[in-house]
Amino acid sequence: MSEPNGRGDRALLEVRDLTVHHGQLRALDHVSLQVYPGEVYAIIGANGAGKSTLLRTIAGLHHPTEGSITYDGKDVTRVRPERRATGGIAMVPEGRRLFGSLTVEENLQVGATHARKGPWTIERVYELFGWMKERRNQRTAQLSGGEQQSVAIGRALVANPRVLLLDELSLGLAPVVVQRIYAMLPEILAAGLTVLLVEQDVSQALRVATHLQCLLEGHTTLEGRPSDVTPAQVEAAYFGLAGAAAGPPGEESEPLWRGSTTSSRGS
Amino acid sequence: MAWVNDIIQGILIGGLYALFACGLSLMFGVMKVVNLAHGDLAIIGGYIAVGVITITHIPVLWSFLIVVPLMALLGYVLQRTVIQASLDRSILTTLLVTFGLSVVIENGLLQFVNADSHSLGVGNAIITSSFSIGSQIIIPYLLLLIFAVAVVVLLGLQYFLSASRYGRLIRAVADDKEAAQLSGVDYRHVFGIAAAIAFGTVALAGIAYGMYSQFSPTTGTDTILLFAFAAVVIGGLGSLWGTLLGGVVLGVAQAIGAQINSSDQLLAGYIVFLAVLVFRPQGLVARGAQS
Repeated sequence: MSEPNGRGDRALLEVRDLTVHHGQLRALDHVSLQVYPGEVYAIIGANGAGKSTLLRTIAGLHHPTEGSITYDGKDVTRVRPERRATGGIAMVPEGRRLFGSLTVEENLQVGATHARKGPWTIERVYELFGWMKERRNQRTAQLSGGEQQSVAIGRALVANPRVLLLDELSLGLAPVVVQRIYAMLPEILAAGLTVLLVEQDVSQALRVATHLQCLLEGHTTLEGRPSDVTPAQVEAAYFGLAGAAAGPPGEESEPLWRGSTTSSRGS
Repeated sequence: MAWVNDIIQGILIGGLYALFACGLSLMFGVMKVVNLAHGDLAIIGGYIAVGVITITHIPVLWSFLIVVPLMALLGYVLQRTVIQASLDRSILTTLLVTFGLSVVIENGLLQFVNADSHSLGVGNAIITSSFSIGSQIIIPYLLLLIFAVAVVVLLGLQYFLSASRYGRLIRAVADDKEAAQLSGVDYRHVFGIAAAIAFGTVALAGIAYGMYSQFSPTTGTDTILLFAFAAVVIGGLGSLWGTLLGGVVLGVAQAIGAQINSSDQLLAGYIVFLAVLVFRPQGLVARGAQS
């Protein structure tokens, strides 16, 4: 489609007209996005907006009924999840999904089993999260939620991905813990990662994102740089409130509103 | 003293039951597959041993060197094809498919081998003899050998699962196969490895049974599968040492039952089995008790 303004020459990850069904339910309806190298691309939206479905489909855990996913110039729509992972798309899944009967270190070792070459090693993860090395022989079930989330991030990092998918990092964690985890992001990005994250906590997402997309009931309702959108627009796009938007700001060329299911609200 | 002797025999035969059970336990623990063809596969192992010995004339005791790899290969192939295809549909489908596999194997053997009983004569004077402690306790070397093999297999499995790279992957996949995929792990392949190991132990169980007793095409379902289930349930699913304990408890219960009345041997085993189901359904050794 159109070449967006100043975001690099070629998208690392491109999703085109993706439609995904859960049985009869249309969870995603022709959603598109382009993630450029080095970006922190945040997808926000209410519960049931289709955010996690989008991320899981990119990781290969759901099969789209329509549309395509291109990674590094190659169509990966039909590629198995484990092949995408070894190709450089790593995901920190919602709810952390650690291997509960394995120790911290074993979780990281599984993550590193089919790792690409790169800067991340288990040692480096231990440096990033200072507490982890001493407790590496504990089972992850004995860790707090925030600690488990750190192990889940570490498990994804040791695979040395190019794109890191973060699904609802803040879910079930205390705000202080969430801030501490997001504070790690710059250090993680410094190693040359691209991040696509899904977040219900909009203020947290806006703080770290370089690009923003809002979903509502499977549709894109807003897309742009955080600096180009107003809080009122975000609110309107998030809740699907008609007329709350003040109109497109500046030179933003993407349509801010698509679809007009305005009477219904996010579940 | 006769009681002591019977209990000792029961403990030793428990090793054979544990050998029956550990493959069943592993397949369920990792893939959530209840393999109803388990006993028939053990019998196939026995028949392959008979064939291998007839053709190559190697000693019975060494036949496992050929039978175990063959069965492991069969396990990998079956898992990657038939069992995986049924797993992709539902857990329930695996029950139907393995039940069907059991019927096919049993009738295939009746058709192509015949219904006669076979056994694997060890032909080694030491192994077939026994030693006695005092005048009443007589311990056959063969039972002692089988018990030792069971312990070695369980120890080896334990070590493999806890310390090796593939063991780690097997545990990870058993925990959460989707999360494993996100780490780049092809869980189907890991399932295949686990099935290969399980079938390897099944082969050993079949050979051991053939050396201990006679077997025919129906032995798989009417003896091995039932005893394996009983041992797994008594011991507790997912625990390897529980499996050994389950086998031993079953063996001792049968020995005591036989002592009371020779027709009560099987009954006594199943009474213990039912008692465990009622009073301690998680088994004597609950899952997670071992690392």
